[in-house]
Amino acid sequence: MSRLRHDLPNDLNGYFKETPSQTAGPYVHIGLTPNFSGIEGVYPEDLGRAVFDPGAQGERVTIRGCVRDGAGTPVRDALVEIWQADAAGLHAGIGEPRGVADGAFGGFGRAAADGDTGEWLFETLRPGRVPFKDGRLMAPHVTFWIVARGINIGLHTRMYFPDEASANAEDPVLARIDPPARAETLIAAQEGPGVYRFDIRLQGERETVFFDI
Amino acid sequence: MEFESDMAHPEGAYFTRDRNGWHPKPCDPGYKTSVLRSPSRPLVALDSTLSELTGPVFGHDQLGPLDDDLTLNFARPGHTPVGPRIIVHGRVLDENGRPVPGALVEVWQANAGGRYRHRKESYLAPLDPDFGGCGRCITDEAGWYRFRTIQPGPYPWPNGPNDWRPAHIHFSLFGHGFGQRLITQMYFEGDPLIWKCPIVNTIPDRAAVERLIAPLDLRNAIPMDALAYRFDIVLRGRRSTLFENRMEGL
Repeated sequence: MSRLRHDLPNDLNGYFKETPSQTAGPYVHIGLTPNFSGIEGVYPEDLGRAVFDPGAQGERVTIRGCVRDGAGTPVRDALVEIWQADAAGLHAGIGEPRGVADGAFGGFGRAAADGDTGEWLFETLRPGRVPFKDGRLMAPHVTFWIVARGINIGLHTRMYFPDEASANAEDPVLARIDPPARAETLIAAQEGPGVYRFDIRLQGERETVFFDI
Repeated sequence: MEFESDMAHPEGAYFTRDRNGWHPKPCDPGYKTSVLRSPSRPLVALDSTLSELTGPVFGHDQLGPLDDDLTLNFARPGHTPVGPRIIVHGRVLDENGRPVPGALVEVWQANAGGRYRHRKESYLAPLDPDFGGCGRCITDEAGWYRFRTIQPGPYPWPNGPNDWRPAHIHFSLFGHGFGQRLITQMYFEGDPLIWKCPIVNTIPDRAAVERLIAPLDLRNAIPMDALAYRFDIVLRGRRSTLFENRMEGL
């Protein structure tokens, strides 16, 4: 391996420190969803618009919501990303040791909040169950990552499904949330058949659980 | 896509993020917007699961030929944007010092006058008809990335009564796992506004800020064309799994 520049500090064990985070700022859309922001013709379409291709197997679901600040105001400049397993519980992309995911399923989504209402939306598939590190199955969930102006380091959270009560009850991640009532902040509301609402509260009384993963 | 480095080193969970003075404080009254947009409760610690250790893969076939050249990807035919022409390049590594090949690097920035092409931007500096302000590329097998752009200008912003952002380029990084996701900003060596900026100063540790300041890299300047700046980026590393698989009964 070739060496880094000599002045990039490493510690006594030879590890390098992660590059520090900075806020995505108010103009994150220019870089991550340029077509959404009105910059057309540079990229044919914004990355992460489609979580899956039409041939993918599984139940179509819609997940929508809004990120709200400590005063309850919608964060209208938020950018939300999701990552999840396919209907069989396998991840596309890198690092899945258990098998090959559905070739028509990408699993990654990126959505900008509406500039007026703060609402965002994903069309995706209900994920299958993925094992926890000890082999127990986690309940079906979608991993979220949220950035915006004023968020100095991106926030990781998860959405679980309200109609998976028995799987949720044995989920090892939900089980470790203390006090247990806070786990409810990770369970979406059912708005209709296959339509779920997941509001993310950055702060305050029903503050969403965020993870240090 | 498989990477040899991953196959050669069976890996466990990510190293814990240093949120105790290295990364910025989530809530910093000096950066007013952070006050209502930061969690007030402690984060819930979670050893990475497959949901965070896996991540999307991006291929070169998803990129256009001008995606890494901000001087051309929005310009009218025969035109280029106003401003100092620069190359920004560097390597993406993990905390173990290994290159991260196949990482998606996305950038965005203001034009040479400090103006963003965004409908909510109201600074009086003019838009440049030949500058959009976005670019992207994928790191090569040794972790290298490279952009051509123009040097952005500093600009005022509504925080304190007279706050200015130092010239900067926003960077978004996808490594090999969703848990490595990172957004940061690159600053330019010698800019006196860096140490006066409330957003920079959300980072308590001066050494951490210095990691965001790209030095001039005159050796890699293109004579009579463009200066170069060097910005190396480190993503989270993963533990070795050698001692993690306990034997039955232990």
